[in-house]
Amino acid sequence: MIPILGLAAGVLLGLVFDPTVPLWLQPYLPIAVVAALDAVFGGFRARLDGIFDAKVFVISFVSNVVVAALIVFLGDQLGVGAQLSTAVVVVLGIRIFGNAAAIRRHVFRA
Amino acid sequence: MTGPERPDPPGEENPGAGPAGPGPAGEPPPARRRRRDPLAATLIGVLTLLLGFALAVQVRNADEAQVLAGAREEDLVRILDELDSREERLRSQLAEQRAALRELNGSGSQTGAALEEARQRAERLGILNGTLAAQGPGMTLTVRDPAGTVQVSDLIDVVQELRGAGAETMQVDDVRIGHSTAVTGAPGELVVDGTPLRSPYEFVVLGDPQGMETAMNIPGGVVQRIERRGGSVEITGSPELVVDALRPLDRPQYAAPDTE
Repeated sequence: MIPILGLAAGVLLGLVFDPTVPLWLQPYLPIAVVAALDAVFGGFRARLDGIFDAKVFVISFVSNVVVAALIVFLGDQLGVGAQLSTAVVVVLGIRIFGNAAAIRRHVFRA
Repeated sequence: MTGPERPDPPGEENPGAGPAGPGPAGEPPPARRRRRDPLAATLIGVLTLLLGFALAVQVRNADEAQVLAGAREEDLVRILDELDSREERLRSQLAEQRAALRELNGSGSQTGAALEEARQRAERLGILNGTLAAQGPGMTLTVRDPAGTVQVSDLIDVVQELRGAGAETMQVDDVRIGHSTAVTGAPGELVVDGTPLRSPYEFVVLGDPQGMETAMNIPGGVVQRIERRGGSVEITGSPELVVDALRPLDRPQYAAPDTE
């Protein structure tokens, strides 16, 4: 319940305040969002599996975001930021798909 | 990328899951532990709040920026080319308009200044020639000639003395004195520019009153001569006089402006 409420409140706040993303953050924000989404899907799946652990969720959430941002940062420094961003998004996308598939199996039994 | 995941099998990563299968010894079942931990609940709430916030912001941001960011390279090059040529066009237009503006400004002030100059020159010449009425400080000089003995040369001398003393323009009776004014006739029947004069002859002169009066009354001057002949001269300075008799402007018959 808390995560859903938090998400809804966050979306509302973001829409209301509509802040401008600072320039230095612009390359990392979308990657960080995707990484966090991955963590949330993973947490939801773990919850359905009955193995949800708040500590693991929090740590995985934060580390997901930090590592994704770090990879993009490193890629920027190496001159391959765009490619590494794509790589991160692809990997996270695959993981989100996998988690979504597991959730689907739980919810629809199919 | 996340904590407790194992590389196998694909599609089985589950960040946020506790250690799958056998948890570490002594750890309570994750499902129950979640309920008991307000700190964890707070953290989860904060994290998901941040996620939602970032999501919304990023979506908004992408709406604005992603139009170009998502375009292909060739499209971007084409758009850039178009913008470049458009910029060039606008720049040349700007330069043209600037030049036109400069030209108009320059010619406008030039013709304005020339017009003003010409107007002032025409005024000066008009006053000098007697084609314009004039007003200003000056004096009236009345020559009484009861015996009809004042001669042509006396009146001419009066005019010349007045001019020499700084008179700028003048009229006698209702005749404006100009550069070609002629005084003719016999004593008692003097004619100025074809207009007969009647005594007293009243000059209205614009100029420095003191200077002109001094020049008139100089010993052996024109006033003394007229008085010797039996006439009299009365001079009255005035700060505000009007010379409103006008002369027709002579059109030169033989002389033409030297345009070189």
